[in-house]
Amino acid sequence: MIVHLTNPDSTITIQGPKQVRQLLQDLNLIPEANLVIRGDELVTEDTFLDDLDTIEIRSVISGG
Amino acid sequence: MRCRVCRESAVINLPRHNIAFCKACFCNFVHTQVTRGIKAQQMFTKDDRILVAVSGGKDSLTLWEILLSLGYRADAVYVDLGIGDYSIRSRQKVQNFADKVTQTHDATLHIHTVREEAGVGVKELANLVHRPTCSACGTIKRYQFNHVALEQNYDVMATGHNLDDEAARLLGNVLHWQTEYLEKQTPVLPASIDGFAKKVKPLYRLTEREIAAYAVINRIDYIIEECPMAKGSKMLMYKDALNRLETESPGTKQSFYWKFLEQQAKKGTTTIVDRDRAQLHPCPTCGQPTSAEVCSYCKLLAKAKMATSDC
Ligand code: SF4
Ligand SMILES: [Zn+2]
Ligand SMILES: [Zn+2]
Repeated sequence: MIVHLTNPDSTITIQGPKQVRQLLQDLNLIPEANLVIRGDELVTEDTFLDDLDTIEIRSVISGG
Repeated sequence: MRCRVCRESAVINLPRHNIAFCKACFCNFVHTQVTRGIKAQQMFTKDDRILVAVSGGKDSLTLWEILLSLGYRADAVYVDLGIGDYSIRSRQKVQNFADKVTQTHDATLHIHTVREEAGVGVKELANLVHRPTCSACGTIKRYQFNHVALEQNYDVMATGHNLDDEAARLLGNVLHWQTEYLEKQTPVLPASIDGFAKKVKPLYRLTEREIAAYAVINRIDYIIEECPMAKGSKMLMYKDALNRLETESPGTKQSFYWKFLEQQAKKGTTTIVDRDRAQLHPCPTCGQPTSAEVCSYCKLLAKAKMATSDC
């Protein structure tokens, strides 16, 4: 699956299937600081993502 | 995961409440939290005219959308700081959003452009007077928000500060025992003196993640990139530390900030009002309250004018 990250901007490819919770853990990201979006819909941590999905991991923390 | 309320498939889970929601029930939850905050803190009523300070980011645009959805009379003000492409893009987001909401709601967007008044953007302005950009920026935004609120007769000024912002700021103040700042860290600051608008933070009960989720669900097109000046800020560090604690022990952020508020509520706001009245007087140049001879905004602009005429 293609995973787009917003903080910093980058795109990576990850082997599926993978649970959202595991994906965040693998990337060392905290669920409280990120949202996972499949296509343009939010998904919960127990969702399984597969190879054909396009995923955005959006950081929700702002520093201003 | 299923929605706790209606058993539809969930789109978000909230560990601090040990609950998961579908889209519709989550939006209800957000609206309820905002309404509860507004009522509990006596922020404003449906008769009041509210001015929302918007930046193009998730919190302020979401706040404007929620207040309008709940039937409040809310306009917005945006300060164009003139920080390169970031300001161009954030202004565009704000304008697009305003164009959209004004189709269905009676609302107005005010814009102040720093470059038009000062001749330069906020970064150059800060350099001219040898101040950190964020400190000059804070002075300008505070001044302009208050200025528009008073000039256009708004009853109250609202900002998009959320639970993470307030908990991180509280942590920073407590770590350095800056107790003089603590009493100003409440979701409502009264109009203590002529020349200061009442200020409120209706999103103080919601986390950044919840607000971003609401923005995604409601297709609020906000600017995801950060102001380039925010990089490496202390706030980011405090937020990260709190989120690590939150992960281990859900509910930490809310109990840290809300219990602080409970204690502050016992003290009341009379000290702020009394102190402001004793220490502040109108700035001779612009009329806004200040404890100095000339207010920090007028000082900043005067210094910048001197620096540009020297070169
Ligand atoms: S990060 Fe600094 S310069 Fe950028 S908007 Fe915030 S206060 Fe202003
Ligand atoms: Zn539901
Ligand atoms: Zn002044």
